[in-house]
Amino acid sequence: MSAAPREAASLQADLERLEAIVRALEANDLDLDRALELFEEGVGRLRDARERLGTAELRLRQLREAADGSVRADDLEG
Amino acid sequence: MTLDLPFAPGPRERPYTVQEVVEGARAVLERVLPPVWVEGEISNFKTYPSGHWYFSLKDPWAQLRCVMFRTDARRVPAQPSDGLKVYARGELSVGTKRGELQLIVRQLLATAEGGFYAVALERARAALEKDGLLDPARKRALPAFPRCVGVVTSPEGAAWNDIVAVARRRWPLVELVLIGARVQGEDAPRELGRALALANRYEGLDVLIVGRGGGSKEDLWAFNDEQVARAVAASRVPTISAVGHEMDVTLTDLVADTRAPTPSAAAEKAVPDRHDVQRQLAALAAHVGAAAGRRVELAGAAQRQTAGRMEIAAGRRVAAVRQVLGEAELLMAAGCASRVAAGRARADRLGAALEALSPLKVLERGFAVARDEAGRVLRRVAEFGPGMPFRLRVADGEVRSRVEAGT
Repeated sequence: MSAAPREAASLQADLERLEAIVRALEANDLDLDRALELFEEGVGRLRDARERLGTAELRLRQLREAADGSVRADDLEG
Repeated sequence: MTLDLPFAPGPRERPYTVQEVVEGARAVLERVLPPVWVEGEISNFKTYPSGHWYFSLKDPWAQLRCVMFRTDARRVPAQPSDGLKVYARGELSVGTKRGELQLIVRQLLATAEGGFYAVALERARAALEKDGLLDPARKRALPAFPRCVGVVTSPEGAAWNDIVAVARRRWPLVELVLIGARVQGEDAPRELGRALALANRYEGLDVLIVGRGGGSKEDLWAFNDEQVARAVAASRVPTISAVGHEMDVTLTDLVADTRAPTPSAAAEKAVPDRHDVQRQLAALAAHVGAAAGRRVELAGAAQRQTAGRMEIAAGRRVAAVRQVLGEAELLMAAGCASRVAAGRARADRLGAALEALSPLKVLERGFAVARDEAGRVLRRVAEFGPGMPFRLRVADGEVRSRVEAGT
């Protein structure tokens, strides 16, 4: 697996987690220490997600059938 | 001595061979008559392993044998069937073996609206429908954040470059995988089918785009091929069709999970826009900051009411939160300004709502507020005189109270 797909997947996970954090914080029935933990986690995830978006580079590949019948994805020049 | 038979050839007439007569007639016909259009109905249609077609054209009064050779027949988009009304263009000739008049058909047009293309399309559409492949309930949703998008198109075509450009601009986190196939010409249906099958054998794809840039009806015809449509329908991952824009709808469009009018539009449907996600992140940052801030102030207020010594600890926490809030502000500033403003306004509204609720929330948890008869909050022991009446506000109402004498 290449780096870019992993980043896209964790970006989605970050967004889902951030929405869960907002819901938990807005529910207002957390104890304060837990609320602060969630908050710090949220800020960390926000920072990571922004960095992923800022640094990603498109990856291009081409699918080919190898002589042995297997399917290969070779890198392509962008 | 000569025999005196009435039908025997005379002494200076040698008999022609059959071949000479038939070929002589053919030569006359072919020399004298230019190619003609003939209108009629197909009957006795037969194909031969050689690829040639044999049939008759008939009308109520006569019929004419026809042959269409493989090289001409393969340009006709659908094989005709008996009863089909057509225009046939060709040269009149005589078949040597049978000595029959025949039309060598070079071009065949169905007289129905849209011609053979309409005939072929309708036939394939009916077959796909019969197998349930056009059922809207089959359509699958596209993944919100695909990691890997396959593209079945020509490596030389503009479609691939268009898709690459859109993905690079909108969502460079994705991986694009080209599965090359010729997209027009006689080999296109076979190559498209092979590429689609290859894509299906590759585990990494999350979504598959199939298409090409705009072209004439003939150029786009491969995407109306029944086998191509079936291969699209057989895709393990959701599909987006992107076939030119000069034709109404192709069968590939009907079978795909999502239809886009151009390859660029297909790429836009396939991947999210990072600017939208950045705005979403900014709004989330505002929400997280506002919610956490309210939570901390609420806790601080509650603690101030219980005991002064708690205030120091609460103060430290508030300071910690302020610091993190500062970071959230930076994050927000880096996002899109207008959406951040909207997100912040939403966070403020939320905060205001929470603020209105917060004193009641504190009371819910068992705290009470004491006020004197004038409504001033009583905070210190010194503010309570012996026997003084006061009101105690608890979660669900007020209790009229009095300080015991001697307190």
